[in-house]
Amino acid sequence: MGATGGLTLVFGLPLAVALFFFALSAYERRMGLATGPGFFQRNGLAVGLYLVLAVGFWVFFVIVLPQFSMVDMSFRPKLPPSQMGGPKDVFTLENYRYFLFGSTTSTASWNWIHLKAFALTIGVSIAITLFNFALCYPIAFHMAQSAGAARLRILLLLMIIPYWVNEILRAFAFRVLLSSGGIINKLLLGAGLVAEPIDFLGADIGLYMGLSYAYLLMMVFPLYSAIESLDRNQIEAARDLGAPWWHIHLFVVMPHAKPGIASGCTLVFMLCAGALAAPLVLAGPRTLWFTPIVYDRFYQAFNWPQGAAYAFILLVTCIVFVLMVLKMFRLSLGEITR
Amino acid sequence: MAAAVELDGVNVTFGDFIAVRDANLTIEAGEFFSFLGPSGCGKTTLLRTISGFIEPTRGTVRIGGADMSGIGPNRRPTALIFQNLALFPMMTVAENIGYGLRVRGVPRHERDEKVKNLLIQVALAEHGHKKVSELSGGQKQRVAIARALAVEPKVLLLDEPLSALDLKLRQHMRAELRAIQKRVGITFIYITHDQGEALTMSDRIAVMNAGVIEQVGNGRSVYAEPRTPFVASFVGENNQIRGRVTAVENGLATLDTPLGALVGRNPVGLSAGEEALLFVRPEALSLVPTGTPNGSTVGFDGEAVDVAYEGSVTHVTLRVRTGQKITATLGGGVLPASGETLHIGFRPQDGLLLARPASR
Repeated sequence: MGATGGLTLVFGLPLAVALFFFALSAYERRMGLATGPGFFQRNGLAVGLYLVLAVGFWVFFVIVLPQFSMVDMSFRPKLPPSQMGGPKDVFTLENYRYFLFGSTTSTASWNWIHLKAFALTIGVSIAITLFNFALCYPIAFHMAQSAGAARLRILLLLMIIPYWVNEILRAFAFRVLLSSGGIINKLLLGAGLVAEPIDFLGADIGLYMGLSYAYLLMMVFPLYSAIESLDRNQIEAARDLGAPWWHIHLFVVMPHAKPGIASGCTLVFMLCAGALAAPLVLAGPRTLWFTPIVYDRFYQAFNWPQGAAYAFILLVTCIVFVLMVLKMFRLSLGEITR
Repeated sequence: MAAAVELDGVNVTFGDFIAVRDANLTIEAGEFFSFLGPSGCGKTTLLRTISGFIEPTRGTVRIGGADMSGIGPNRRPTALIFQNLALFPMMTVAENIGYGLRVRGVPRHERDEKVKNLLIQVALAEHGHKKVSELSGGQKQRVAIARALAVEPKVLLLDEPLSALDLKLRQHMRAELRAIQKRVGITFIYITHDQGEALTMSDRIAVMNAGVIEQVGNGRSVYAEPRTPFVASFVGENNQIRGRVTAVENGLATLDTPLGALVGRNPVGLSAGEEALLFVRPEALSLVPTGTPNGSTVGFDGEAVDVAYEGSVTHVTLRVRTGQKITATLGGGVLPASGETLHIGFRPQDGLLLARPASR
């Protein structure tokens, strides 16, 4: 692609998109499909055009294009730069084949190491999501329904301030805390509860703690806002009708908070499965998490197509899983954004 | 048979604020009992104390003779209908009504049967499968009633449930509530700031003001025989004239007021020299042109400043010598014109003298 060709693309494409929307709105107007003042009538032609161009530019260059190029790359073989675009640069499934079978050509044996890491990542992410929900639901409920304004402020500060510390520093802090000579082991030894230090990091407890903690807020806030919108009279009505507390939570509060629960769980699950810092720093020596493998494809193996394929597999799996769970709970994707 | 609800020296305080002060009351089984008072008078607090959401700071609540202290709202034989009804929006109408039964572990077929009967009782037989949001205001009201009745409470507590409805529906629901109460025969305790509601529905009314139950009685006695200035001015319209008692005789007393000497009944036994308030209902006032002989009435002159014709009645607002406004309600006859000066008269037995509270 020449310089002029590139320039044409950069400016021509957004313009084409803008023209398309303009034509679409004109068409809808003529056919009587649209009601009320049109987008351009409401914003004026200049501002309207700017909005379409700016949003179009953003969506296309920042979201669609990079993702699309990664997907495209994942279907190409690894080639030295000189051969890119050459006759050997053809679409292939070899990167995906490698994930499954550990080889770009043979399908004789499964790539157990990567498959296990993948399964572990998904499985542990689910477990951490559930754990986080169990942990955050009472906190969110307290904040939303029973805490006074002063208590609420303190709770929010207590939860938000630790997040000012960056993620890697926090992960290392957990490492220090949980190491064999760390304060927790010292306390346990000092209290005579254990005879020798517990290997928290080797048992991956550090990883689980780090991951759970990292996404606590992602769970608390959607739950909080969902529960907060529940009319307290409904809780009292249920109680007045004789319901014990667990029944009220299960059949009155949770059904109401379902969109918030789904949105919190989706966030935590997605972020957990895609986390990099915590697994790199906190995972035990025998644990292989999936994201470091993806990272290694890019920076250790210098195999970008394979890395792209791995990342894409993780993304698609997570999306499919989340959609399945939403379907199970009879929620539409739109509802969780409420 | 034990009284449905007994309040024995009940006090409820929130910090320094006394929400309910020394409530002593016995509500009989099967009674339709109303608490009437302006917002903030403590009536809702009292209702929540009876239902168990608030523990009294002092005193005891007994329901059916049993002391309720330490017993939560989920274990009291009461059911509460909330001001906003608090129906469960994610459940169907039938599920809403059956919720209390489900909580109690009533088997499904039995529950369904009962819910079906209740749906018929509140004329919603066709609507059991619907979402609550699909119902009209009056229908929601009936679902709330059915949901509360499903748990077969000894006492049904209603916290201004009609306040969100429009006038026509409200009047219709008054009659309906009364009919339901007659049919099921349980005690209804009704909270309202609307004296019309209280007077039309209740067997007895407790008028509350600033945390204190000022008077308990049937609608007639509360309206016609108020015992405190608050009850006199809160229940129905009333004109109020200040003065000092000068003479007492035969149950009547003469009051020296800025408008001249006026005579009224003296039920609380005021003696000469006491500060007092004279209350006269607008409908007890008669208006005649000044100078016309007016029989056995006492009165004073005033200028008509506003004549509001309402069809069956006409409200006339008059300004008297002191600048005070007096309202008279006329049933018919010759209507005065605005600006006309009239003699405002009433029979002494329609005037009511009550002690003036020290604080005012």
